Amino acid sequence: MTDVIAAPEANVPPAGSPPRASGTGSGPSKRRKRRLLGKNPLGLLFSAPYLVFVIAVFAVPLVYSVYIAFHDYFFSAPGAVVDRPFVGLDNFVTALTDPAVIRSFGNVGIFLLINVPLTVVLSIGLATALNRVVHFRTFLRVSYYVPYVTASVAVVGVWLFLFNGSGLVNQILGPLAPDPSWLVNSTWAMPTIAIFVTWKQLGFYILLYLAALQAVPKELYESASTDGAGAMRSFFSVTVPGVRPATVLVLLVSTVTGANLFTEPYLLTGGGGPDGASASPVLIMYQRGLQQGQPDVAAAIGIILVVLVLIIALLQNRFAGERD
Amino acid sequence: MRRRTVRTRTVIGAALLATAMVGLTACGSGGSTSGNASAKGPITIWYSNNEQEVAWGKQMVAAWNAANPDEQVKGQEIPAGKSSEEVIGAAIAAGNAPCLIYNTAPSAVGQFEKQGGLVDLSKIDGGAAYIEARSGDVSKQYQNADGDYFQMPWKSNPVVIFYNKDLFKKAGLDPENPKLSTYADFLATSKTLVDKGVAPNAILPAPTSEFFQSQFDFYPLYAAQTGGSQIVEDNKATFADQDGYDVADFWATMYKDKLAGQEKYTGDAFADGQAAMAIVGPWAVSIYKDVNWGSVPVPTKDGTSAADTWTFSDAKNIGLYSACKNQGTAWDVLKFSTSEEQDGKLLELTGQMPLRTDLQTTYADYFTANPAYKAFGDQASRTVEVPPGPNTVEMLQTFRDAWSKSVIFGKEDVHKALDDAAAKIDTIAKQP
Repeated sequence: MTDVIAAPEANVPPAGSPPRASGTGSGPSKRRKRRLLGKNPLGLLFSAPYLVFVIAVFAVPLVYSVYIAFHDYFFSAPGAVVDRPFVGLDNFVTALTDPAVIRSFGNVGIFLLINVPLTVVLSIGLATALNRVVHFRTFLRVSYYVPYVTASVAVVGVWLFLFNGSGLVNQILGPLAPDPSWLVNSTWAMPTIAIFVTWKQLGFYILLYLAALQAVPKELYESASTDGAGAMRSFFSVTVPGVRPATVLVLLVSTVTGANLFTEPYLLTGGGGPDGASASPVLIMYQRGLQQGQPDVAAAIGIILVVLVLIIALLQNRFAGERD
Repeated sequence: MRRRTVRTRTVIGAALLATAMVGLTACGSGGSTSGNASAKGPITIWYSNNEQEVAWGKQMVAAWNAANPDEQVKGQEIPAGKSSEEVIGAAIAAGNAPCLIYNTAPSAVGQFEKQGGLVDLSKIDGGAAYIEARSGDVSKQYQNADGDYFQMPWKSNPVVIFYNKDLFKKAGLDPENPKLSTYADFLATSKTLVDKGVAPNAILPAPTSEFFQSQFDFYPLYAAQTGGSQIVEDNKATFADQDGYDVADFWATMYKDKLAGQEKYTGDAFADGQAAMAIVGPWAVSIYKDVNWGSVPVPTKDGTSAADTWTFSDAKNIGLYSACKNQGTAWDVLKFSTSEEQDGKLLELTGQMPLRTDLQTTYADYFTANPAYKAFGDQASRTVEVPPGPNTVEMLQTFRDAWSKSVIFGKEDVHKALDDAAAKIDTIAKQP
């Protein structure tokens, strides 16, 4: 690695100048402090609580899970003498040769393919519409946001009534209703979950887009209108490019939260049913790690999931992000 | 200079992270909190959070505390979590498990033992003798592979068939002598119930994928059909035989003919009249006060008399946890809480069956006054437990996955599914 020679800065004394007295707050010790703490040490102080939170709640467990994934590991009582030998890639091999794990990644792939595009399209469309609404604006915004802030357990109960065999949806569909019904149908279980999650999270993404829409200059719409653009043309030529940073954020956040799918297959389809058709990698991690006492295999699944999500996120950023 | 500064800060950040890592790792492998086997003093216990068991727990603690002012017991409901087993597992890893937990599931005991979270009761002076004197031969099912007791067999909920007499009568069936003892009779009765439209389902055991659900469809019938076999014995699956096939074929027919639903019901199907029968334990007596119910043993292929029918125990036991500092007091409380007097209170307050050899004679007055529980009292002596060991949950999940695919959803040949599951379970059972 090559060190970069620092360019002379205004406050750096020229070479050969006598060092200033330490009492004036300058000199080598101050430079050292600045080098360590930056130009605004107070900023470090303010950001420290969140930094500690991120380290304690995200970074440390992530690093520790990497350690767990490469060892024959199980949770033990403090003081219990247990052997946790290094096992190399054994846990990854166990995970990747388990049909249930492979299937869970396929399931979450189906979920993301439905959930992410649907989330982006619906939230940008609804946000644009809501931005133009004059009457009942607050009521409508709150209405879309309510499912997001409602506890999943409560909302899942409602959807179970809606989508069960004799539920409202099947009564409306009549002979067109699938048999077996939605949540116990191996073809429809995952798409139903994807639609549920899209509906539940939509309010949050609409808010992101609403915020982004406020930053799109009105003059652009006026110019487009002057040039003869209709509503659709304005939407695709002004709105969509104007909210691109928000779109990247929505893509990333919905992908990350979608990849962490757990509550819905746990509650809505009774533990990833039918026959594993809605099991997600995180549900399998829960089963292996907490129920079956194999946190090492669960950690390996988690690492694989993190890597896959990072790859997807990089691709999204590459193809949907700003190119300049 | 700027890049070097950034690098310096990165190094400091990494150092902080490493320090935090070391701190966290230290939390996981710190000093022993194991207590002294003979130490006396205050202890904490957890009991189940259902109304009846809370009432029992409170009176037991009050009775102990009144007689033992120097060894006070603090009773608490088990903290809420996705399941009691996860809460207990986390408490073991954190080193803050209480001394006694009166809700320890036998399926989790092997894991807790492997974690170093449980005290071997066999090592306590007179421990094994006390357990075996109280529970008799049933206690052997709760030993580990070395014949040691890491759990105190406490109470069972023998699983039987409840049926709704009013719905049976409505369907033109004899509500006092229902034909439910053989598979053929059970299927015919179920068909009548559904065809007559008295309920959408003849019976509705949860068709979901959780590992424990097979304890309420396959396991009771397999225990009855085999006269008391566990699904894994001597590290080998037993269910891929004719008895297992017969039980699985019976349930597969129930699902295929839509006599049992493939879909989870959000509520209590039996109480709501969505199912004419239920497969439940004695806890159900107090729950179904508004249903005119009767009970019969679970069916077998050719029918078995009630006196010879086995079933699943649905037991909950007591664990003495290694984090306990005053283990001497904990053992004394454990014996006090499983004494004849406290077992009587348990029966009276919860309707659940203490795992005692002399249950029906010791509490004859109770069973005379409460005839609804008599069948359960008799059945309690013929119950089968889940297989012991650290891999019980994995074995049960493997079985459930195969059951779900073949029996409930009919996507695989039932016999092949059982054969494949048995082969997998043979491997799992041998893992340390």
